[in-house]
Amino acid sequence: MKPAGFEYHAPRTLGEAVQLLHRFEDDARILAGGQSLVPMMNLRLARPEHIIDINRIGELEHISTADGMLRIGALTRHNAFMTPPTDDPLGRLLAEVGRHIGHLPIRVRGTFAGSIAHADPASEWCLVAATLDAEMHAESSAGQRLIPASEFFLSSLASDLKADEVLAEVRLPLLGEGARFGFEEVSRRAGDFALTMILAVLWLDGGRIDKVRIGIGGAANRAMRAPEAEALLSGQSASPELLRRAAEAATASIDPIKDIHASAAYRRDLVRALTRRALERALA
Amino acid sequence: MSHIGQRLRRIEDPPLLKGAARFAADISFDGQLHMRVVRSPIAFGRLLGVEVADALAAPGVAAVWTGRDVADIPPIDFRQVRLPGLASYRQPILAADHVRYVGEPLAVVLAEDAYLAEDAANLVFAEIEEFEPVRRATDAMGEFAPGLSSEAAIVHKGYGDLEAAFAAAHDIVELRLSLGRHSGVPLETRGAVACYDAALDLLEIHGAAKIPHLNRDALAKMLGRPSERIQLYEGHVGGGFGIRGELYPEDVLVALAALRLGRPIKWIEDRKEHLTAANHARDQTHLIRAAVDARGFVLAIDDEFWADQGAYVRTHAATVADLTAALLPGPYMVPAYRAAGHIRLTNKTPAGTYRAPGRFEGCFVCERLMDAIARRLDLDPVAVRRINLIPPERMPFERHTDALGTDVVYDSGAYERLLDRLLDHVQYDELRVQTEARRANGERVGIGLGMFVEKSGLGPFDDVELILHEDGGIEVVTGAASLGQGIETSIAQICADGLGARPLDITVTHGQTDRIGRGMGAFASRVTVMTGSAVHQAAGEMKEQLLQAASDMLQTPAGRLAIEAGVIGIIDRPQGPSLTLGEVVRGDAAFKSVTATFNSEHMTYPYGAHLVVAAIDPETAAVKIERYVVAYDVGRAVNPLLIEGQIAGGIAQGIGGALFEEFVYDDLAQPLAANLADYLMPTLAEMPGFEILLSEDAPSPINPLGVKGAGEGGITAAGAAIAGAVDDALGGTGDIDCLPITPTRLHDMLAGNIMPNR
Repeated sequence: MKPAGFEYHAPRTLGEAVQLLHRFEDDARILAGGQSLVPMMNLRLARPEHIIDINRIGELEHISTADGMLRIGALTRHNAFMTPPTDDPLGRLLAEVGRHIGHLPIRVRGTFAGSIAHADPASEWCLVAATLDAEMHAESSAGQRLIPASEFFLSSLASDLKADEVLAEVRLPLLGEGARFGFEEVSRRAGDFALTMILAVLWLDGGRIDKVRIGIGGAANRAMRAPEAEALLSGQSASPELLRRAAEAATASIDPIKDIHASAAYRRDLVRALTRRALERALA
Repeated sequence: MSHIGQRLRRIEDPPLLKGAARFAADISFDGQLHMRVVRSPIAFGRLLGVEVADALAAPGVAAVWTGRDVADIPPIDFRQVRLPGLASYRQPILAADHVRYVGEPLAVVLAEDAYLAEDAANLVFAEIEEFEPVRRATDAMGEFAPGLSSEAAIVHKGYGDLEAAFAAAHDIVELRLSLGRHSGVPLETRGAVACYDAALDLLEIHGAAKIPHLNRDALAKMLGRPSERIQLYEGHVGGGFGIRGELYPEDVLVALAALRLGRPIKWIEDRKEHLTAANHARDQTHLIRAAVDARGFVLAIDDEFWADQGAYVRTHAATVADLTAALLPGPYMVPAYRAAGHIRLTNKTPAGTYRAPGRFEGCFVCERLMDAIARRLDLDPVAVRRINLIPPERMPFERHTDALGTDVVYDSGAYERLLDRLLDHVQYDELRVQTEARRANGERVGIGLGMFVEKSGLGPFDDVELILHEDGGIEVVTGAASLGQGIETSIAQICADGLGARPLDITVTHGQTDRIGRGMGAFASRVTVMTGSAVHQAAGEMKEQLLQAASDMLQTPAGRLAIEAGVIGIIDRPQGPSLTLGEVVRGDAAFKSVTATFNSEHMTYPYGAHLVVAAIDPETAAVKIERYVVAYDVGRAVNPLLIEGQIAGGIAQGIGGALFEEFVYDDLAQPLAANLADYLMPTLAEMPGFEILLSEDAPSPINPLGVKGAGEGGITAAGAAIAGAVDDALGGTGDIDCLPITPTRLHDMLAGNIMPNR
């Protein structure tokens, strides 16, 4: 469990980091919190020749709101979300979801953008990004690129990020007053990656569901929305039967993965149960 | 004042809390080489060749060895429960002609640092002709080697007229039950640092644990050296649980390399290695039948089981199967009994003992059987257990089996009294009513009970030397070992009482082969019983001698003197002359130390019961343990605080084995849970609140202190009680027939009747 040899780079600016990436491309990996990369290197599952440590790039350590978006710099740690980072309901959502990430030492080191770049389908932040249609701000020597979540997550541990791009910032839309949410997760142990999790966000108009977003994580090879279930609910008055049908639609929309911790059939049933519960929680 | 029975805080804690402890990895010598083991990536195959040229040429590499280089070293031998025929299944220190499990050492690289060693190890290439692996003990028997069956031995135990009992039975209950493969996972992985001193012709080995003296003797035999030319030193040890401290291939390789290369050698196991290389455990399948009368009294038990030994038979030989078969009937009468345990070789990591070996398994099987009998006869599960319990007037009770080479004689016990204590504590009848009410309300909640007899205090001997230093400090030197269980504190308490000293003036030296000639180490919950009794004897003898010596100095008959808190004074004359222990030693040059030996041919048998309340979320297949109660009788509790700690740790590991931990293998016998993200040990968040009822109803009559061991009872019935509770929550169907109860397995069971649309 000692990593193979590598060359270590510690750029001071985003520009320098981008230049290094441009130079080494596939032979380089960005080190932010290191909570996934370092164990993989220690197990020699990853053997990058160059490590570009971005922890000294001050400009990446920010969290702010502008133009209706929460902008999360690449060095923002999980722990920064334990208290709501904004008064918008999004702040409470991030605080509640973030509590499910790993354990305190992991939350102190690991970064929001690192989780997004790693693209683990069972990552809480990937679920949030997929559900809310986050925008990923990538920088390369060729310039900037804004990638919508729907195009960013390709499959398990695979994103649209190119070898010469660094994920500099993630932007999440503020939800606005009145937004409600429900989050449900099942994992083997507290802090483990989710076997399945559901995030439901909705806005009510009188007694009806005006708009709704439902995200599914952990169950399939990437975090994704459940558009059929959302369509069923939009404009409708919530009832147990409606929620049941929406949960059924969400279940039908996924192609569940299986591993030693959960069978595909179990994950499918979790999607059904947790979708209903997340909606109930959002409506409560 | 008696120190035995006090909740004294651990006197060994300060260095641990200050970060000053010295674990194996903390030890280094100038000029040391680091050893890296190259392990088989294939579960079973013929080893055609091992290419080492590239590794040898890599930077910083001093040597690379394969099986050929160590062909003169015999395989690692057994240290107990040696059955005829087992010797052919022993493990070579490096694979010779076959590899038999993923993780088997097939070469070692010795290099200037751990990074270079691992770099070079990556360059070693083994050419292996792959064979179809044997996956399960219950698969058809195959060949381990030409002419050598994959069944290494069958352990037989039994007594009474089985056939007559079954012929007379009112009913026969039969179950097939299995337990998954899991093991102890100490916080500190294994490690060894060896150093050869040519001037003294002395090989010293650090990182020893559990059984330093026994390992020294085994190493001496393997390396062809006299025992006294090898010394083992135990430092701080981060947990043992049965698996740490046995003699493994890596230990021998480190010692051999230090001798051959003339440089200190350091090996620290990483976690991935640990989970495929250190002993696994459990992994049994039982086919059990019971003959019962109409009241649920068990007339006879007939159990056949298959133990998945993994790829080799290691130091424990037949220990686990022996203990399983010997102790399965637990606290119950069972007038006729037969057990046959098949020790089967497969292509997985070799198995050995893990906390409550054989009893965790046997208790699960026996208690599932008790629940099945209750269900079949429509009786209360508590009532069925009650009528089967061995009554106190039958003590001492001859089980008519043998375990670890000793006849099993339950020395004392008031089993029903302990059961009643537990039931009173939880207000069982009311708890039942509440549970039924919740079930009527749609909740899935259940109660599980597991009763057991543990064993402890394995002999045959323990030596102790008690030294009184001139500064008045008292040193206990023992061949026992500390895996972190708190022996320094409990031994100091026993010594303090025997001598009239203060525990804080006593230091306990353990695990150092150069300090005492022989020792049995720490396993089988033996230290408090065996070492404690030897210390008690030595302290009593030293006290006599001290009083004699003080009698001259104080001009007072010894009979009128007493020692209290380390001061010798005249009884009833608190203002009279007195002497400290140091003053006695300084005044009497002849007085130095006392040695004592405690011998025992029999183990002593503590007993207990676990009660669990668990609820299932049928939609998510999640199990929530709402309540966990352990009642345990240890005869006499030397330090209740430490015993409760032992029990709490046992509960945690038991929950792990019952719900979380499993070494899963795929069809090619590749391990799928070889890291701590996939091998799921429970964390604090998974621990329920627990209640411990410690009792002292039945002191042991076979040692002077009346004590019984407390190291294992916290885990013994965990599988049984949790399975019982989950099964009860499912409606008492008896469907829970294997451990661990994972959410996927539970989901499969629930599917169809609970999950909609399935």
